[in-house]
Amino acid sequence: MNATNRTVVVTGLGATTPLGGDSASTWEGLKAGRSGVRPLQEEWAADLPVRIAARAAVDPGEIFPRAQARRLDRSAQFALIAAREAWANAGFEGKAGEGSTVNPDRLGAVIASGIGGVTTLLDQYDALKEKGARRVSPHTVPMMMPNGPSANVGLEVNARAGVHTPVSACASGSEAIGYAVEMIRTGRADIVVAGGTEAAIHPLPIAAFANMMAMTKDNDDPQGASRPFDTERNGFVLGEGAGVIVLESAEHAAARGARVYVEAVGQGVSADSHDIVQPEPTGNGIAFALQHLLDATDLSPQDVVHVNAHATSTPLGDVAELTALRKVFGNDADHIAVSGTKSMTGHLLGGAGGVETIATILALHHRTAPPTINIRNLDPEVCVDVVRDESRELPEGRIAALNDSFGFGGHNVVTAFRTV
Amino acid sequence: MAATQEEIVSGLAEIVNEIAGIPAEDVELDKSFTDDLDVDSLSMVEVVVAAEEKFNVKIPDDDVKNLKTVKDAADYILAHQG
Repeated sequence: MNATNRTVVVTGLGATTPLGGDSASTWEGLKAGRSGVRPLQEEWAADLPVRIAARAAVDPGEIFPRAQARRLDRSAQFALIAAREAWANAGFEGKAGEGSTVNPDRLGAVIASGIGGVTTLLDQYDALKEKGARRVSPHTVPMMMPNGPSANVGLEVNARAGVHTPVSACASGSEAIGYAVEMIRTGRADIVVAGGTEAAIHPLPIAAFANMMAMTKDNDDPQGASRPFDTERNGFVLGEGAGVIVLESAEHAAARGARVYVEAVGQGVSADSHDIVQPEPTGNGIAFALQHLLDATDLSPQDVVHVNAHATSTPLGDVAELTALRKVFGNDADHIAVSGTKSMTGHLLGGAGGVETIATILALHHRTAPPTINIRNLDPEVCVDVVRDESRELPEGRIAALNDSFGFGGHNVVTAFRTV
Repeated sequence: MAATQEEIVSGLAEIVNEIAGIPAEDVELDKSFTDDLDVDSLSMVEVVVAAEEKFNVKIPDDDVKNLKTVKDAADYILAHQG
């Protein structure tokens, strides 16, 4: 066995998103072009400039017993729901080493969030101000630490090969999956549970994102507000939820006769080093990540037929991304069907990479590219083929797809998956 | 008015139910918070803070480690309630 260059495959999927409480219902929603964006009903929303969001379709309060929920930040609850589904979907039962055949020393977990337990932090600050120091929950620190979701998922499956949390704003979920692929490829682990989660629908993050003019204020048209690639796009819609996959070495998956969704081919990463929040407008940083992906893996540009774009519905970013794709793929970009699924899910920040990885994998698995909804007038600067309004069939044969994720700070992560 | 031991146990049962999800009727005098009632060290702090409020008593951190069973806590509260 060459422990430094092993093939990695995906054997389990799990999600809880604005479109559904699991990966199957999320996929049905994506395929049908449903929007998960709704008006915020909370009293605190009334005075905010942004009063819409994409809440999780199934509230985690319906799933966790009250006593457990009070020790877990909402972001960790989403991560656990998605991880449990992915773990069972991969054919595993119970914790590694305890009745299960999985060796815990060869099992890792890499779950990321962009912000961490922000609602816990803010709620406990309210408790401090209103009720005093004695009433601050002793669970505050493990609930607000950004590695909390990863640590909780690690505990859930008994992962001992390493539990990690890469943080790169809205690229975090994809960076987690890329990190997990490397853990297996280089021989540190045989199985890694990986993905992204976020739960930041709270007046303070909303006010902060709104004041930096990153969010759409189309409160009167919730379902039409997120419109990547449209000429009138004016910011993202905040979403919440998680997407988690089980990655496994091809040998390990074959030895246990596991169902393999796709191969995880690898990743390309780069940093813009341009501005703390603005994307590099020519797309050169993204192009560098795409080129790195092609250089570092055996991915053939001819095989790539689908890209799940980062496409948050912001004026600058959406076009820079497609310009970079055209620049690196040249004529091979002609046969790529690009989907902007944030038009339906909103932007799950650190959860986006996880959920859109699931969308990318299922697009290959079902050979169907989900649509980008809400494009009334396609931006004339769009230089590739965007799937609009209705899902589209993908070709037969060996095909590959990319998932783009970029984050404030100039982080660019592109992951690649391929049918087996 | 000071609470009786019975009232204190019943109040503790409500608190443990809220914090650890254990049915109130399982919270009996001889039960250990850690071993029987799923109250770990962090959750014990929550139980103590809730009990302080409910029974108007102060339980310093140094005394919390001595409250291993429901009876320990009930006796402490009986002796110290204001």
